[in-house]
Parts: sequence; C-alpha cells; structure tokens
Amino acid sequence: MTSRTDDIRLGADIGGTFTDIALDLRGTIFSTKVLTNYAAPEQAILDGIAIVIRDAGISPAEIGLVIHGTTLATNALIERRGARTALVTTEGFRDVIEMRTENRFEQYNLNLKLPTPLIPREHRFTVKGRIGAEGQELQPLDEAALEQIADTIAASGFGAVAIGFIHSYMNPAHERRAREILARRLSVPISISAEVSPQMREFERFNTVCANAYVRPQMADYLARLQVRLKDMGANCPVFMIHSGGGLISVETASEFPVRLVESGPAGGAIFAADIARRFDLDSVVSYDMGGTTAKICLIEDFAPQTARTFEVARTYRFCKGSGMPISIPVIEMIEIGAGGGSLAWVDAMGRIQTGPESAGSEPGPACYGRGGERPAITDADLLLGKLDPDNFAGGAIRLDTAASLRAITRDVGDRLSLEPLAAAFGICEVVDENMANAARVHAVENGKNISDNVMIAFGGAAPLHAARLCEKLGLDRCLVPQGAGVGSAIGFLKAPFGYEALASKLVRLSQFRADEVNALLADLKASAESFVRAGTSGIIRREITAFMRYAGQGWEIPVPLPDEPFGDNAAAGLAEAFRRNYARFFGRAIDGLDGLEIEVVTWSVKASDERPAPERHAITTGTRTVPARDTRAVFDPATGTMQISAIVERASLAPGDRVPGPAVIVERETSTVVTTTFDAVMQSDGGILLVRKEIAA
Amino acid sequence: MSDVSDIRMQVMWNRLVSVVEEQALTLLRTAFSTSVRESGDLSAGVFNPRGEMLAQAVTGTPGHVNTMAEAVLQFMNEIPHEEMFEGDTYVTNDPWQGTGHLHDITMVSPSFLNGELVAFFACTAHVVDVGGRGFGADGKSVYEEGIQIPIMKFAERGEVNRDLIRILRANVREPNQVVGDFYSLAACNDVGHRRLVDMMNEIGLTSLDALGAFIFSRTHDAMLERIRALPKGTWSNELVTDGYDEPVRLAAAVTVHDSHIDVDFTGSSPMSRWGINVPIIYSKAYACYALKCVVAPDIPNNAASLAFFTVSSPTNILNAARPAPVALRHVIGHMVPDLILGALTKALPGKILAEGAAALWNIHISVRPSNGVAGRRAEVLMFNSGGMGARPSLDGLSATAFPSGVHTMPIEATEHTGPIVIWRKELRPDSGGDGEFRGGLGQVIEIAPLEGHEFDFSAMFDRVRHPAKGRNGGGDGAAGVVRLDDGTLLRPKGWQHVPAGRRLVMELPGGGGYGDPARRDARARAEDKSKGYVSENDQ
Repeated sequence: MTSRTDDIRLGADIGGTFTDIALDLRGTIFSTKVLTNYAAPEQAILDGIAIVIRDAGISPAEIGLVIHGTTLATNALIERRGARTALVTTEGFRDVIEMRTENRFEQYNLNLKLPTPLIPREHRFTVKGRIGAEGQELQPLDEAALEQIADTIAASGFGAVAIGFIHSYMNPAHERRAREILARRLSVPISISAEVSPQMREFERFNTVCANAYVRPQMADYLARLQVRLKDMGANCPVFMIHSGGGLISVETASEFPVRLVESGPAGGAIFAADIARRFDLDSVVSYDMGGTTAKICLIEDFAPQTARTFEVARTYRFCKGSGMPISIPVIEMIEIGAGGGSLAWVDAMGRIQTGPESAGSEPGPACYGRGGERPAITDADLLLGKLDPDNFAGGAIRLDTAASLRAITRDVGDRLSLEPLAAAFGICEVVDENMANAARVHAVENGKNISDNVMIAFGGAAPLHAARLCEKLGLDRCLVPQGAGVGSAIGFLKAPFGYEALASKLVRLSQFRADEVNALLADLKASAESFVRAGTSGIIRREITAFMRYAGQGWEIPVPLPDEPFGDNAAAGLAEAFRRNYARFFGRAIDGLDGLEIEVVTWSVKASDERPAPERHAITTGTRTVPARDTRAVFDPATGTMQISAIVERASLAPGDRVPGPAVIVERETSTVVTTTFDAVMQSDGGILLVRKEIAA
Repeated sequence: MSDVSDIRMQVMWNRLVSVVEEQALTLLRTAFSTSVRESGDLSAGVFNPRGEMLAQAVTGTPGHVNTMAEAVLQFMNEIPHEEMFEGDTYVTNDPWQGTGHLHDITMVSPSFLNGELVAFFACTAHVVDVGGRGFGADGKSVYEEGIQIPIMKFAERGEVNRDLIRILRANVREPNQVVGDFYSLAACNDVGHRRLVDMMNEIGLTSLDALGAFIFSRTHDAMLERIRALPKGTWSNELVTDGYDEPVRLAAAVTVHDSHIDVDFTGSSPMSRWGINVPIIYSKAYACYALKCVVAPDIPNNAASLAFFTVSSPTNILNAARPAPVALRHVIGHMVPDLILGALTKALPGKILAEGAAALWNIHISVRPSNGVAGRRAEVLMFNSGGMGARPSLDGLSATAFPSGVHTMPIEATEHTGPIVIWRKELRPDSGGDGEFRGGLGQVIEIAPLEGHEFDFSAMFDRVRHPAKGRNGGGDGAAGVVRLDDGTLLRPKGWQHVPAGRRLVMELPGGGGYGDPARRDARARAEDKSKGYVSENDQ
C-alpha cells in the first residue's frame, strides 16, 4: 500500500437486506445503504461506491483500500446453496456429521427434526488409515483406495472436496497425503480439516471443513468477480476481507478458507463498538446491536471484543442451541437471540407473552408497515407506546399505521389476556427487553464478568429504542448511541486491524512441561499468524499469546493470557498460578486441597495483528447546559408504568455538552433514541449520544 | 393495574429461569466427569422454602430433573430448619432419596436473604466412580455398589466437611475427579444463590411467595386444561426386556382422571438379584417425562405441573426396596417411557411414536497394560444411542438418545482419556424397522485396546433379545448384538474381557417402524437405498 491513498479507506458490508458502504476520507465518514443484490452481490457494492465517492468528491482511483465483509457465506450455508461437495473421511466414521451429538436439542418435542447434514451420506467416502490420539500412525493410509475414490469423484461431477480424518489436528500427514493423491486426478478445490480447523472434537472439525469446501467455489468466484469489477471502475486498490475473528485477511486467503468469512458482518459491529470504547477510554463495554430479526450482544474488554473458538450457524429451530451446525474457527464471541424490531409477539399456554424468534422480517413486516403483516411485532408495540413517530419513520420512507398495530396487538395479545392495548404493548416490550437482559447477564457470567460494571454501546436500527430500558434492567449507568449507528459494521471494517489467530491443540500437563517443546510450538504458531498479517501490512505487529487451560479431567478450558516471551525451564509454576487466578475469576474459587490434581493446557493460540493508529480521543461529558424542549409527545415509561409527557428533540439540533432530561425521545433519520425517566441524554463531542443516569450530575 | 403487575410477574419468572440456567452452566463448565461435561448428565433447579420446585434449567436429563424435584423434601425431613445456616450445602447419593443410584450426587443449598430462608437450590450430577464393584450390574446389594452418603452437610456456614472428603477419597478410584465434582456441584448452587439474591435485591423482593403463587397458578391452569381434554379411562400395556439372566416383564396401567393422571406398575416382574432394579423415584421420573411429552410438552416442569401425575406400585423391579442393587437402574428405567407410551397409544390412537432403542448403550471400560508390558491404566465411560421409534408422520431419529437427554462424547476426547482405539462409530444399515415411516437406525461401534493393552468392560445393554416393536403395522427395529470381531458372542450385561489384539463390536438396536410398510413413499424408499440406510440386497 502506498501512503498516498492509504488514508482513504472504504468499508463494504453485504447484509441480508442491505449492503452498507462507508468511506473514510481522512477522518470524515460518507456512508450509504443500498439493497443487497442476490444475483450479483458485487453490483450493490459498485452502486454504493458510486454514491459515496460522488458525495465525497473523489474518483475511484483515489480509494486506497477496500475492506469487505459479507454474509454471503453464511447465507449459502443457511439456504444450502453451495457446491456439490464430497467428503473423504476415515473408515468407520462416515456418519460423524450426521450423528452429531446424538442429542435432541428440545427435550419434550417428540416430532423434532434434526438438521440435515451439509453433505448427504451418498457423497461421503471412507478410506482406511488411522492416526492415534498421540499423533502416532495406527494404520497406514490406503493410497490405492484413494486413487479409486478420486476416479469416482471425478466421474460424479463434484464441485468441491473436503477431507476430514480422525486426530488430524495431532498429525495432518494423512490428510495432506490424501490431498496430494486426489489433486493429481481432480481440478476442484480440496479443503483439509487440519488446515481449516486444527482443533480436537471430530464433529465440529469435520463439519467446519465440509462448510469450507461447500462455500468455496461460490465465494472464490464472487471475490474474483469483485476484484475485476473494481478494477474496471478504476479502483486499483488492494481488497481485504474481514474475518469472523474481527481481523483482515487477503482475498487469496479468504478464497481458500471462506468459512472464516462466516459472521464477518456482526464482527464489524463489534469492532465498531471497540473503536468507540477506545475513543472514550472505556475498558469494560457491552455492545448491543438490535436489528430487524435478532439482537447481538458482545463483551469488549480493554478495547478488544471477546473471542471464542467455536460457534453455531444456521440454527434451524427457534435459535435453539444445538439446532444448527458447529463451526470451529476463531470468532468474535456474540450471543444472538431472536429479538429484533420484526420479532412477533404471541401468548403461550400459560398466558405468558412471548416474543420471537419468528420474525415478520421486512416483508410483510410489522403490522404498522401496512404491507399485509397481520401479526404484532416489537415495532408495533414500540409505536403504540409512543416511542416512534408514525410520520417520521426511516426518514419518512414508511408511514406507520398506528391503527394496524392496535388491531394486531389487541387481537393476538390484548384480547387473549384481557389487557388494555397499552398494557399489552408494554408487556411485549418488557418481555423482549427482559429476554435480552437475561442473555446479556448469562453471557457475562460465562465469561467471568459482572454485567453491571460495563458501559453499553448501542447500535442497529432498533437498539436505541430499547437501550435505556435494558440499562435499567441490567443496572448500567451509561450507554453510548454513536453516530453512524445504522452502518456500524461497515464503519467497523475501516477500523479493523490486519489480524490472524493461529491455533493448535496440544495437550501439555504442567507436571510434564517442557519449555523447548512449547517454545517450538509457539514459534510455529507465531510464524503462521504473522505470515497472514504480513501480507497486508508493513507496520508493527502485536502478538497475544493465550493458553486454554483446565484441571486435568475437566472438559471446559478457560483462556489464560501469557507473556510474549520464550518459556524458561521452571515456567510451569507461573502458568499454574496464572491459571488459578483466572479460574477463581470465572468460578468463584480455585479448587484447593487436592494433592495431585493436575493442571493442563489443551490449546495454544497466537493472535497477531498490526497496531492500528489510536483514534482521536474524546472525553465523556455529562453535559454543560440543559436544553429546553420545544415539542412534546406522550411516551410510555416502563419504570412507572404510565404515559409521560416527553420532550421530542432533533439529534441534529444538539451541540456537544447539551443535556436533555428524560423522559425524552431524540429523533434522527434512521432511528430514535428513547430516554426513560431515570436517564438523561447528553450530546458528545464526537456526535454520539450518552444516556446517563439522572443521579450522575451534570 | 393488576394487569401490569401480571406482566412484572412474568418478567420475574423469566429471570428466575435465567438464574437456574446460570447455575447449570457453572456445573457444565467446572465438572470433571465426562458424563457431566461432555454429555450433560445433570440437572439444576430452584425451590421455595416448602421444597416445591419453582423452576429448573432446560439443560439436564429427565432422570435427574424429575427425581431432584422430590429430593429437596427429603433433605428438609432430615435437616431441621433451625440447623440450616447461611453458607450450608447438603449432600446425598442415597438411591432412594436422590436419583436412583449411588453414582449420582445430589446437593441442596439453602438460600438466605437478610437472615430469612427464601429458597433452596438443588443440583445433581453423575460422578465417575463411587468405589464398590465399579459401575455395573454385578452387585448383590447396594452395599457392594459403593460408598453410601446419607443426607448430611457437605459444608456448614461455608466450611467444608473435611471428614467426609477424607472418607470419600479413601473409598473411590479417582479421588481427585470425584472430589472436584463435589466442589463443582457446591459451586453451582452458590452461583444460583448469588444470582437470586441479586435479582431479589434489584426488584425489591423479600420473598418468592407471590412469584411462586403466580408460577404455580398459571402452570396449574394450563395443565388442567390439557388433562381435561384427554379421553378418560384406564389403559394398560406390558413389555418384555432382556433383564440380566432372565427376561423382565414391565407392566403399567395409566388412568386418566378428570384432573390428574395415575400410573400403576402392578404386574411388573419382582426385583432382580442383579443391579438393574429401579427405586420408584426414578421410575416415576421417567413416567412423568413420557406423560409430559404427550400431554404438555410446552408447559414448564415445576411442582405444579408434576403434581398432576401420581405413581404407585407394589414392591417390584420398578419399585425396588432397599438394599436391592440398583447401579444400572437406568437400563430398565429408560424402558418406562416406551411402556407408558404403549398404554397411551390406546387412548390416543395415531398420535404416539413406535418403540425405540430406549436404554442408552453405556459402556464402562477398565483398561490396563497386558501382562509384562508398560502402559497406562484408565477408566473410560461412553454414552451411545440406538435408534428412536418412527413417529406418526416422520421417520425415527437415528442414533439419538431417547428418553435420556444426554449427548455422546467425541471419540477424539474419549481416546485421550485412556489407551483404547475406537475403530468404528457409524450408522447401522438395515436396523430401522420398516413402515410407512421407518424407525431410526442404530449404530455400530468397534473398540479395541491400544497395542500392548487389554480391557474389561461393564456391559449395560438392552434390546438384544427383545427388539423395539413397530406401531400400527410397522416392523420391529433390529435387535442389538454384542460380540468380538472373531464372532464370539458376548452377554449384554455384566463385566467381560477383551484381550489384546481383539475388537469389541457393538451393534446398537434400531427403532420400530410406524404404519403399513406398503404405504411407504417410493421416493423415501429410493433415498433409503441411495443413502445406504437400507442395503441394496435387502428386501
């Protein structure tokens, strides 16, 4: 990259409904939303680019860097629109991806349907050859049989091949050899599990390599087309892809490992929030992103989003854990629940209001959209409670039909529970807010954190409507609603570091710790992670070393950060101490008084990333002057359970330091920020709005 | 504003469920035995000061959940209120007061707010060893099956009972793991307690009485509506299972009354001499589970919903009396749902699935170096599932646990726990019963000792001599087979040996089919063949 144009970056996020484009012109953001084009996804990007460069007054040639994230890989998995793929696997294990965990994800439903495996049984081939748990060869690979399988695959019109062998994360020799043999005969891309996901647990690893192979031809084609089209329009800059772990990788790497692009859009949102956290120097943040279908919650500690090593996509049943397919790759850890503006409300057998996970989506949409939606959605409840202005929704693009919301809520909820429409709408909002609050609490506990210590950063179309109430429920005092919240992921892409996390499963008991062995392993991981990063940057590279540790015998490992330096011979004692300290943080107390209870490391991770320039710093202000309200409207206040006369304030009319006392609604083109009676809102110097508890004085 | 206060109650109810989910999650994350951490063989719940279950974690398996629901009362009977203090945790593994066998540890902790008892938290988990003969059917009485811990204090005012820990360590094979699991259980109740106190302080509650009344009245009304909608009468069913050395007959009469359902096990076989007897608390747990799946799958499990089911039985294999051996109570206990569902199908024709493999095919392997060879010793436990019965409009689920709610362990994780090699774990073609809807397939598992090793294993398998029956004209599922790779047939129960160089082969039973096979869709038949669920030369 040349320095001439490096300060003009363009972020492009292809989502399910919209493609968001954000251009950063030396600190000024130009953004737009265009409808996603499923037939030619790159077209929407080009259309969006045309709009923002016109607004910014630059030519395509001046763009220094394009950073791209997309749900196309996720959608291909959900909609099963990938390549015809063959799986070659160890003899005796043909059905690993079909037998799953042998569990029913819903205990009482006898008519349960399990997700169909990504690759049907007739496309799964087995071959003799077995690696043992220690990485030793128990049985040689049957190369002659592989030649025959290659012939069969070649003759059957497959577009991609996945290879997954037992214990390949310990020793990938058989997988590599099998690839060599197949590649001599086949021209389609071949993915091997030891490279895509070198982690223990065969169901997760095999499924991950299958998913990679399945989306690979389609993603590789798309990315190649995109590069050509960008060049054609005169944008000759490099293109990088955002991956699920929140870093950037080259298009070449992404074409080879497209499964790493799954969830890259939401990752952008988390990076967006992390950048704002850094801007305001907030070290404990919970990001809250609520759109049309789901809400996503992510913890951000010391400006870095929490990461995990496995997650589940394409859940087939009510977002139920276990109903999707596991993907084992480094990922920004988010919980996602079926709570969005379009989530439908209903009443269960106990007379309890339930919300989601079924969503009205954008078509037909909530009842108030007047496009044929008959059932009440969260947006309908928000409208009845006065949180939305029916004449000024989405910049006036849709005129909301309050009478339709009233009908839907009365019929589906109010009449069934003998509730006034207003009380029914309140009930719907309370339930969805409580569900989100519970998810956030449990997520914090899973990570050894206390949710009430955090500052919230809220973005996405529906989040500002619910953020203040969520803070009341979670005991949070402060919440930022940043500028550009509607295209947060695309802006987040602009802030992403060139980063890559290399992982290896290698069991090391501390009693048998050998410094030279571990140092060699970590050196390999460092080299591997840095080579990915070096492809995109010449700057300083920062490394984070993490050991995933447990008491021998446990099955859940906790992350323990390690110093980035070679281990000495007596490092085991220090590792044990670091583990105990972290264990106590997660689970209250370390286990003591157990002589001989061993501690072990299961997985080692090296995360490498280039150092991003620190954003311009801003200090939080709690206000310098209180703004009088010109307009008012009645808005329901959840804490008191009554309608309250609330100030209606244009976001654009506020200057930094202006404090608006709740109850109030701050309105803007894309969304509205609801300020409840317990909160005030303060305009910040970067254009963000701070919701702050009244007791925290101006 | 009574309507708005109802909404607030509902919100608190949701919050309480979230509290017990956190409790269960803590147990999953800290547990040592693979049965808990990989397989979810556990339960967790919150109770009011009268010992009535308010809410339970969705995570968990019916045998634990529904036994735990009654266990808290037993603790209250043994430990008087004035001897309960903040920071206490109580424990037992008594099969008749807990969950039916010694391997399950139940812990109960009182939860105090401002000095007042406001709730109890309870949890259960299966530990890797309790001493005695090890996990198997060969004990002649409960005394041979391991250490018995009567209801007592594990911790008083936060101080752990060191004498109990010392006795425990001296009596079990894997003391670190077992004691570690005791700490995990206690920690999970602590987390529940802390979250409850946070919740009550935030909302400004001093007791859960009003919330409990709301939960119970809503649940009661919903259950009553369901039960009133059922046909009234008594329906009976019998089924025969392998037993240990002779077949066991299970009998049940299900009576639907106006406002409750009664199950009676009169006519079942007498107690066995072997450890396959079932304390009634466990038989009841699975009877309630089956009834709930059919009558009220969407209504939460709590004291009010469980109160609609009563279970009675003379002393027999489903109501075993102390000191009967009970270690493998799950093998017979897992048959109870098929028994009950078979009776219900007479009341609700066309609505009930066919019989399935039912009992998990759990195997406990004790592996050691062969004579004179260096190597490792280890205890390895695996949970494996056969096929589920076909449903009235769907094929049965293959290799899926039912009625148990556990997961299998990854074979890569299992091979790390001991020197064995799992050479095969794959669907078993031709094992699903034929029918308009096909029964779920079983699976084939092949296990060998690693070179230089040999092992003994405890077989805990059923449906080897009595396969799952089809329903409404559907064919039976395939029976299970236990053998060595040289063809030697092995017994489905008891400890047996696998020498170095041989493989143990287990062919797990398939589920029964549903409906006349002639009505099976031609496309479904073609797919069975192309996928190899049914082999080419079959039929």
